[in-house]
Formats: sequence, structure tokens, C-alpha cells
Amino acid sequence: MQPFKSHTGIAVPLIKDDINTDQIAPVQAMRNLKPDYKQLLFMRARKRDDGSENPDFVLNKPQFRNPGILVTGQNFGAGSSRESAVWGMLANNIRVIVAKSFADIYRENCLQNGLLPIVLAPAEAGAFERRVIAANGATPFTVDLETQTISGPGGPDITFEIAAADRTRLLEGLDDIGLTLTHTEDIVAFEQEMAAAQPWLQTARDSRGS
Amino acid sequence: MPKTLFEKIWDAHLVATRIDGRELIYIDRHVLHELHAPHAFESLEKQGRPVRRPDLTFSMQDHTVSTRPGRTDTSNPDGAPFLRAMREGSRRNGIRVFDLGDPEQGISHVVAPELGMVLPGATHAVPDSHASTVGGLGALAFGCGTTELAHILATQVMALKRPKSMRIRLDGRLGAQVTAKDVALKIIAELGVAGGRGFVVEYAGSAVRAMPIEQRMTLCNLNIEMGGRSGFVGPDDATFAWLKGRPWTPQGAQWDQALAQWRKLKSDDDATFDQEHRLDCSSLEPQISWGTDPSQVVGISERVPDVANARASRRAAMESAYDYMGVAPGAPLVGLPVNRVFIGSCTNARLPDLEAAAAVVRGRRVADGVIAMVVPGSSSVKRQAEEKGLDRVFRDAGFAWGESGCSMCAGGNGDRGEPGERIVSTTNRNFENRQGPRVRTHLASPATAAAAAVTGCITDVRQLIAGQSLTGNA
Repeated sequence: MQPFKSHTGIAVPLIKDDINTDQIAPVQAMRNLKPDYKQLLFMRARKRDDGSENPDFVLNKPQFRNPGILVTGQNFGAGSSRESAVWGMLANNIRVIVAKSFADIYRENCLQNGLLPIVLAPAEAGAFERRVIAANGATPFTVDLETQTISGPGGPDITFEIAAADRTRLLEGLDDIGLTLTHTEDIVAFEQEMAAAQPWLQTARDSRGS
Repeated sequence: MPKTLFEKIWDAHLVATRIDGRELIYIDRHVLHELHAPHAFESLEKQGRPVRRPDLTFSMQDHTVSTRPGRTDTSNPDGAPFLRAMREGSRRNGIRVFDLGDPEQGISHVVAPELGMVLPGATHAVPDSHASTVGGLGALAFGCGTTELAHILATQVMALKRPKSMRIRLDGRLGAQVTAKDVALKIIAELGVAGGRGFVVEYAGSAVRAMPIEQRMTLCNLNIEMGGRSGFVGPDDATFAWLKGRPWTPQGAQWDQALAQWRKLKSDDDATFDQEHRLDCSSLEPQISWGTDPSQVVGISERVPDVANARASRRAAMESAYDYMGVAPGAPLVGLPVNRVFIGSCTNARLPDLEAAAAVVRGRRVADGVIAMVVPGSSSVKRQAEEKGLDRVFRDAGFAWGESGCSMCAGGNGDRGEPGERIVSTTNRNFENRQGPRVRTHLASPATAAAAAVTGCITDVRQLIAGQSLTGNA
């Protein structure tokens, strides 16, 4: 996984609650095994019904065409578990999402891909939103995971909280499978104990013999 | 110390705690589908890592399959590369595929329980947010992304943070034509689309005990629509009776041994939950969504809520939903003309769901101009329904009768509505554009959907049925 230390980029305000993965990455955009993840991000909102670009959508505005940080509301990433909703962010160089809260599976998918999910306390979130809107894409913000700060125009640095383990994993770009495989002996031991105690869980067999 | 059933299942599957504090939870059964598994196969192969337990892993072709009779890989051209990559990846890794043409193919969340791959107290993972459907049998299931799916393939564990526990007690007797779907929609309306975030939910209470297993699965299926990490119903005699004899369950002496263990799967009386809720279901009426998220729900006799009476934080979403859905605050839903009806999905396409819909449809016809479709949850459900003649009931009435798959729920197979259409759907998400660009989706039970199909508008199925019996008595 690509490590995350710090990221500087234009902060895009998409201030809405409950933005779901059907909005972020519609399933209809996944027409082949390797879709254009850059294009699929917010594909529907980006276009009008006639297929032309929707100039009102924030990511289509000239100052937000090369975003780095997405700023949004409550429960971001609700809905499907599809990881393309995270890959679409990375393909657009969005490596930080600042939200009031995240849907569980979406947040896990972020952590798996070196995308930093930040949750600010409500008061700070409101203040940061106002700064992002005021900056209007003219000046970038910097998010530094080592110091756990967001810095940029319009005010002092903002400190954010993140679980120490999540921070380490992102900073070091840890190989998640590799980390788990250091416990291979534990897994083997678990399987042996389970095979003795509840053998039906350690075997899956069609009793009809097919 | 007293424990909740969630804690018992979790602790019984805890392999180790990783250096980063995440707990490694052993996954007893891992069920894949073709929309996401091919990417995981590819990434594992690049890393040179084998699948640890192909014998505990199953591959289902469901998201992209065509529902047309006589279908092949290319009936939905966009699905073909997924189906092939799934088939080939599964073969290379020694994983059993429930492929097109397999008599037991179907939606993963329907097939795994009906074959008895799901067992009480077992852990499950599926790269799909509706994984917890199988919680209806007392299994603890987690939906996951593609990278986590590769992790499970390589290690047979998930690295998780322990969720909090919630209990929702459902009391009272459900009225006529009120089902688990209606109960679940009501819960989501009460708790909101993020009300379950971070929680594993145990559904308890007399109303749950009275629900047949298929309805318990519908209840647990919709748990994710309030953001729940997982949801389940503690197993009971009904669970064990439902499972007995299913082909992948333990047999003979091992069944008896398993049963003795399963009988212990209960939350302790004095266990504490991080959150508790209670809902009296006795006065609940059939529910239907009016808006664009699964919490925007009302009883069938109610009117579209007025933004003036809503919490401030919900108002913007409501205004936008009125516009998208073409509904007015204060207007009744009953009587709104519909263009299409879809009966299917992991939420509501098991045999009793189709029976409930057929009971409404029998002797009636799909209203002029309405396109109506039934897609059974599995090929086995389809066969059983045909043995009971349900396909004739639907076809004679003017419904299309499809081959099994996810179909119009997410539209991954090309089945979708036309722009501007109003659809009553037995699925789980009424998000904008999900069932097609600008399609307006109303979520409801199979009986309510069937009533809309035959009347051509949103209808209180209880009144439709009452009208029939009045005529019958005359």
C-alpha cells in the first residue's frame, strides 16, 4: 500500500450528508474489469441528462478540477461495499476525505488504500468548512499525518484525531496481509482447535456427495 | 461476566490481536461474487499468495448475470468479462463455482442459507454490504471491500475493530400483510440511515420469534441500510428445523453434536448492550419509501411528510427528495401511478416472498401500461416456485418471469427502468439513479409491490384484498 505522510491539494467542498456509493461510483460505470476510475467518480453528478458536462457540479468548476482533499458531511460512503468508490478518489488524486462521519465499510476501504479518512469534531468541522468555502480553490490545504494537522488559508492549524494503529498503518503503508500472516501459527492453532471442538465449521461438504 | 450473543460468537472466533490492535476474526464461510472477486484473485496472484482455504470458500455468479431465459455469458455483454474472470479465477484457486446453468446458482445471500452453508454461531464474509442477510440463521456476517476480500482469501481471517452491540426488541403481533420488510423499513425510518453505524445489532422480541426464517433474513438484510456493521437473530428451534436436512449442514451424529452447541447460542439474561431500542409492531401498517434513502419511509395510509415538521438536519435531503421523486409534501402515496414493478433481490426473493406476491396477483392482471417482473432469488427458488405453479400465476397475469440473479436491484446486469419511471420494488435501496437514470424507486414488501402491479398505482394491499373478499361474499 502507498504510504501516506502528508498531502497538499485543493480542498473541494461537497457539503452534504449521506453521500452514498451509488453516487460516488455507480455500478453501471463498472462495465469491464478495468473501468476508468478517474471518470467514474461522481459520474452522474458530473453530467447532465444530455451527456454534456454539468457546470454546476463542484468538481467541474475550473478551480476544483485538480482536487486533493474532499470535504463533506455525515455518513459519507453509505451503501454498497464497492471499493471502486475509493479507487475513484485515488484516480483523481484525492487522498484525504474530511467528513463529519463515515460509513463503516467505506472507512475500512479507505484505510486499505492509503486514503486518509479524517473526522473532525462538529465545531471544528463547521469552521473548517467555512475556510474551505472561502478559499474557493485558490490556495491549497496541507494535511500532515505525522503531526495530525490540517493547515491552510483562513486560520490556524487544525489538529485531528485518528486511532494510533490506523495512523501507523497509513504512515508506513503496511502490507495488511503481511501483518496478519505474522500470525500464521495462531491461525493454524485456531483451525486445529476448531476442527476438534466444532468440526462442522472446519469442513464444508455437500452431503449429497457431488 | 455476562455476554451478548455477538460477544460470544466474536470471542469464539478470535484468533489473535494484531500489533496494530485489530482483532483477527476467523471466517468460517466466505462467499464471493463476480463483481469484486476477480480483482482480488488478480491482486493475490501478483503478490504470489495462495488462497488459504478454498474448501471454505464459494463463488456465486449473481451481480452481472442476465435474467433472460436461455441466458449465456454474453446475454449481458457487460457481464461477460466478470463471469469469465470469476470462473477462471475460482478454478485456478480450487473454489467451487455456482455458475450459470448450475441448478443451485443464485444470489449469494439466498443460496448460502438455502444450501445450509450458513450455520448458527458461524462467521461469514461476503464482499457485499448485504452480507448480514444470513444473520437470520444466527450467523455473524460481515460485508467487506475488495482488498479485505483478498485478505480473507489469503488468511481466512478478517482484521477488525470490535463493533459495539445494540439490541432491537420487536414486540407485538404483526397485522395482516405486514412483514419483516415493513418492520425493517420502520426501524430505519426511526433510527436513520446511520443509526446502526459501528454496531452489531441483535434483533430480539416476540415479533422476531414469530417470524419465519425467510423473514428474519429480510430483517437482517436491511440492517446495512441503517449503517449496521452486522445484524442477526439468535437461533431457536425454528432455525434448527429450517436447517435440518439441508445438503451442506452437518449430518448424522455431527448434526446432533452441532445442535447441542447451537442451543447455547443466546445472549445472557443480564448481558448489557451499548444501545437498546424497542418497537411495538402491533399497530404497524405496510410501509413504503417516499424519498431517496431508506429512512424516508411512511405507512401506506400516511402522506408524504412535510419538511416543516422535520428535524433541521433532514430538511435539505427532503427537499431534494420531493423534487427527484416527483411527490409533494402532504400528498398521499396511495394512488400514485407506477410504470414498473420489480419483485426480486436478496431482500425479498425467497419462496415465501413469491408466494405472498402470487397470492395478491392470483386471478388478477397486471394493469395496462405497467411492466412487471419477478426474479427469483435462486435457481432453486425458481424451480420450487414453478413446482407450485407460481410462475403460471405471474405469467398469466402478465409478469415477466426471470432467471435468478441480482437483476434490477443494482442494475449491474443491464435490467433497469427508463428515465422518469416510478417503480415499486422489493429491493433495499431507493438511491437516486440506482435502478436507472432518474428512476424513482419506492421500496415495499412483495405483497405491496404485487398490489401496485395489478392496480397500476401505489395501493394499500389490505384494501385490495378486503375488496376481493367483499365481492366474494356478495
